[in-house]
Amino acid sequence: MPRTLTILLRSVLPFLIGIPILWAFNGELSSSADIILMVAGINVILAVSLNVVNGFTGQFSIGHAGFMAVGAYTASKITVATNSLEIVGLPTDVSNQLIFFLALVAGMVMAALMGLLVGMPSLRLRGDYLAIVTLGFNEIIRVIIENTEFLGQATGISGLPRRSNLIWVGIGVIATITMARRLVGSTHGRALLAIREDEVAAEAMGVDTTGYKVRAFVISSAFAGLAGGLLVHLIQLCTPRSFTFVKSIEVVVMVVLGGMGSVTGSIVAALVLTFALEGLRDAQQYRMVMYSILLIVLMLTRPEGLFGTREIWDWLPKLRKRTST
Amino acid sequence: MTEFLQHLVNGLSVGTIYALIALGYTMVYGVLKLINFAHGDVYMVGAFAGLYVARGIGVDAEPSIFKAGIVFVGSILICAALGVLIERFAYRPLRQRARLTALITAIGVSFLLEYGFQLPPIINGEVPFPPGPTPRFFPEPFARVDFEPLGVHISNYDLVSLIVAVGFMFALQYIVYRTKFGTAMRAVSFDAGVAGLMGVNVNRVIVWTFALGSGLAAAAAILVAGSRPSINPLLGLLPGIKAFVAAVFGGIGNVQGAMVGGLVLGLAEEYVAGYLLSSYRDGIAFALLIIILLLRPEGLFGRVRAEKV
Repeated sequence: MPRTLTILLRSVLPFLIGIPILWAFNGELSSSADIILMVAGINVILAVSLNVVNGFTGQFSIGHAGFMAVGAYTASKITVATNSLEIVGLPTDVSNQLIFFLALVAGMVMAALMGLLVGMPSLRLRGDYLAIVTLGFNEIIRVIIENTEFLGQATGISGLPRRSNLIWVGIGVIATITMARRLVGSTHGRALLAIREDEVAAEAMGVDTTGYKVRAFVISSAFAGLAGGLLVHLIQLCTPRSFTFVKSIEVVVMVVLGGMGSVTGSIVAALVLTFALEGLRDAQQYRMVMYSILLIVLMLTRPEGLFGTREIWDWLPKLRKRTST
Repeated sequence: MTEFLQHLVNGLSVGTIYALIALGYTMVYGVLKLINFAHGDVYMVGAFAGLYVARGIGVDAEPSIFKAGIVFVGSILICAALGVLIERFAYRPLRQRARLTALITAIGVSFLLEYGFQLPPIINGEVPFPPGPTPRFFPEPFARVDFEPLGVHISNYDLVSLIVAVGFMFALQYIVYRTKFGTAMRAVSFDAGVAGLMGVNVNRVIVWTFALGSGLAAAAAILVAGSRPSINPLLGLLPGIKAFVAAVFGGIGNVQGAMVGGLVLGLAEEYVAGYLLSSYRDGIAFALLIIILLLRPEGLFGRVRAEKV
């Protein structure tokens, strides 16, 4: 097959296969199963996108919830402002969904811009300093939101329409995973992996380390924004409480558990943690204790996470020619 | 003018507290190259340890300076022990591993303390343990006296905490630069491997560093809890982060730097919040952090280190 066709197929095929399946399942499940599945999907988007920075690039960001907040607030401002609006010539439903799509995209763009703004200066820093700066950014976002009347301060924006459904979340998940897999196999991705393995050596080999780090950061933020937009249109409420440091740590735990650098690892970890901890939803305090114990035990016993940098299919060498990574 | 002086007093009293906590960060970072994320939560435990001790010896009934001293020392000892435990079981096994591993563990320990203290009580007493998420009131260890020189409002609590904090800082300065232990500490900080070869017991130095740092955090907690008596399990979160900012500002790993950083941060918060944007108080530390990291990542008193492969 010609190369461009292969690339096109690899990028588009997941959607062509995924969307009909999602369509079939949409509305077939009980509403509680539906919600859990959507939450799991949003967590998958978060974990996989954070893995682009923390796993592929080897930087340690703990402010993912800040970018979620940017995307969520942008999207919810747009849907609230256009709630009574309809695009001429389209049925209400289609028009609503189209506006929702545009709102999500706007959220992604805003989050990406914010990622650029934070990433450009701070990605010159290394390791634990970056962690602190991203944490600081997360807190600054929270302080700003809580002091801005336009964003509803501490009460947030309520009464959002319920626009997230299985199809939208599913498309988000597919887009995120496809992005991550396509990225890691590309030239760009190899530069990121080189930075992860040894930043100084990569720099010496002529890799523009800051440039690649910033780009990875921007991409990751954009998808965090998407997850934020989807989340607030699922719970129909957008408050700063949903995007605290604690949320960022939940995502970090997923990435660490799955393995820094493994896309399938992140997916499995996000799903396992969502479903396993769903039972503890009533006892929020036990949930966080579980997360923290999990982190400590994991670091002491298996710091590379369940999957390390390997993907699921790496354990099935016969089924796939090992050409990439 | 009065307002200016009032802000100065408040800024100094907050700043010395930040400085005390920052000293713990800086010392641990100095010997281990680890951001001890759990340090702010050790501070929180210090406040609760003080509360338990105070209830145990009945400070509410008849407060006295002597009892205040017992609460103070007791809380410091409990936290020093906690610091040693954390080092022994969470950080020591990871010492040879990548720095990120230790950082993640530190975040884990921090969350464990924060949320562990919010769990439903296991031991029921006058104050149950864990205390749960509701705020508790810290008893006043001695009578409060307010006075107003030049119209500036100061209480004896402010004075005591200022004197104690400054005293501790000088004591620490003495320990680090004038004693044998301090020399060993600086040697481990410079190069743990070589220090070990030269006959320094590296493990013992690190354990004592943790004990010392955690004790200072507890001291800060008691000083704060005396004047702002509402304490809860999430109390350490912001002071912890801000103290870290103070440590970075002064050049992390540098004792004087931490003191200066703490004072600068305290004053900056007080003045910016007082004159410009009162509701942005908590954001100031982070803004300061980002500025200092951009302009001078090694901090005010830090030395630039060459990157080694």
